[in-house]
Amino acid sequence: MAPDVLSVSGLRKQYGSILAVDGISFRVAPNEIVGLLGPNGAGKTTTINMILGVLEPDAGSVRIEDVDLAKRRAEALARTNFVAVYSPLPGNLTVAQNLRFFGMIYGVANLTRRMEEVVEQFDLRRFRDTRCGVLSSGEQTRASLAKAMLNRPRLLLLDEPTASLDPSVAHDVRGMIRDATREGASGVLWTSHNMSEVEQVCDRVLFLSRGRILLEGDPRRLPAEHEKESLDELFIAVAREPLTLGKA
Amino acid sequence: MSGKRAAAIVLRQFYLYRGSPARILPLFGWVAIDVLLWGFFSRYMNGIASPRLNFVPAFLGCVMMWDFLIRVMQGVTTTFFEDVWSRNFLNMFASPLSISEYVSGLVVSSIANSTVGLLTMLVFASAVFGLSFFIYGLPIVPLVLVLFVFGVTLGILSCAIVLRLGPAAEWLIWPLPALLSPLACVFYPLSALPRWLQVLARIIPPSYVFESMRGIVAGRGVSFGSVAAAGGMAIAYLALAGWFFTHIYGYAVRTGLIARYSAESVN
Repeated sequence: MAPDVLSVSGLRKQYGSILAVDGISFRVAPNEIVGLLGPNGAGKTTTINMILGVLEPDAGSVRIEDVDLAKRRAEALARTNFVAVYSPLPGNLTVAQNLRFFGMIYGVANLTRRMEEVVEQFDLRRFRDTRCGVLSSGEQTRASLAKAMLNRPRLLLLDEPTASLDPSVAHDVRGMIRDATREGASGVLWTSHNMSEVEQVCDRVLFLSRGRILLEGDPRRLPAEHEKESLDELFIAVAREPLTLGKA
Repeated sequence: MSGKRAAAIVLRQFYLYRGSPARILPLFGWVAIDVLLWGFFSRYMNGIASPRLNFVPAFLGCVMMWDFLIRVMQGVTTTFFEDVWSRNFLNMFASPLSISEYVSGLVVSSIANSTVGLLTMLVFASAVFGLSFFIYGLPIVPLVLVLFVFGVTLGILSCAIVLRLGPAAEWLIWPLPALLSPLACVFYPLSALPRWLQVLARIIPPSYVFESMRGIVAGRGVSFGSVAAAGGMAIAYLALAGWFFTHIYGYAVRTGLIARYSAESVN
């Protein structure tokens, strides 16, 4: 059996008196898209930052395909990639320059050929020599996705990848992500505040509240299991009455 | 350590310079202006001072070497600032790139930058003021190396300060060479300083370099003990700067500074 692409165990982070992440554990299997949901300040981005190695946990471990991030950082991160709405590609480089630069950083083999593949896959051919800073939000997201898929990551982290896109572009981007992850047999950890998007793309969701995983399950069945009409309603309940739900 | 990852940093700088006259011009422009300014000043001094004194190698030569040190330092810092300006830290540090690979990339980029500056200075000084670096003989090689290592040290130290204090700390970094220049004894001998400042100057490697250059021009030769002391100090400071940068990076990862690095979130 293939190992989990992500295995998080007892992850904890405290900033002063604020406990941002409180000993959470979860797994992402190959080909699985897991939604990490929760209100603002629930600990989603803190969790993602710890998985990306840019934030040191106070306790717990992160293993990417059985490689311990704390002990073999470069090896673990070579199997990972990410797209975050708050971390666009440098705007002063063209799409092709960014892809070559990050391809070298991630040690991508046959880089020129791989660049052509992702340029084609994310429909970026006519923007190849355009500086990323002048692209529209949708085009920038596609460029970021092309960078994220360059190294055929086993684990893909997506922090609100469609947050600034119009519904039509967001729909296309979701399709591209689904196709790309199926092709590469990657596991995906996806944060979003768009519950209909989550229902469409995620196989499983984790509801985070005050740094803890409050609920876990299939996004299409979870609302009914908690006597709610929709995932939106469940989200609101998690945000407003987390203690009630935790007891359910 | 992967040389390919360090090379990626250098390639990124090449891309940025290739498409930007605003980045290319300072490589040549400022050093050329400095050579002209201090070259004419040296020539004027030759006209009014004793004919036995030649200010061009004694004065202009030292100014050029000080400029070289500044270019080395700025080569490191501007490469780092490109990541600050483009808010690229998360993309860089959430990748397999290690700190040693990153810093190596900064240093190699700086070698390319400062070499362009040094060549420009040599060509200008030779063509306009007849200054040949052959006048200093072979000892110029270790002296240039000491300045290079100390320039890299200042660059890495500056990067650590900006990483810790935030992008606005850039304004503390640009004047750093000017702050050190009185102690570096670029324009005057060490003996011109008050005794207590001489003590401080003796712990700054460039002061030995400029004393040595003046010694060569005056026919006293070079004290190899001094050059070795300067080299030893420069290497020790480089190691300390590397440790300091790694320490600050560790702090930034523990506190989440890297993940939310911007002018607004750091102070």
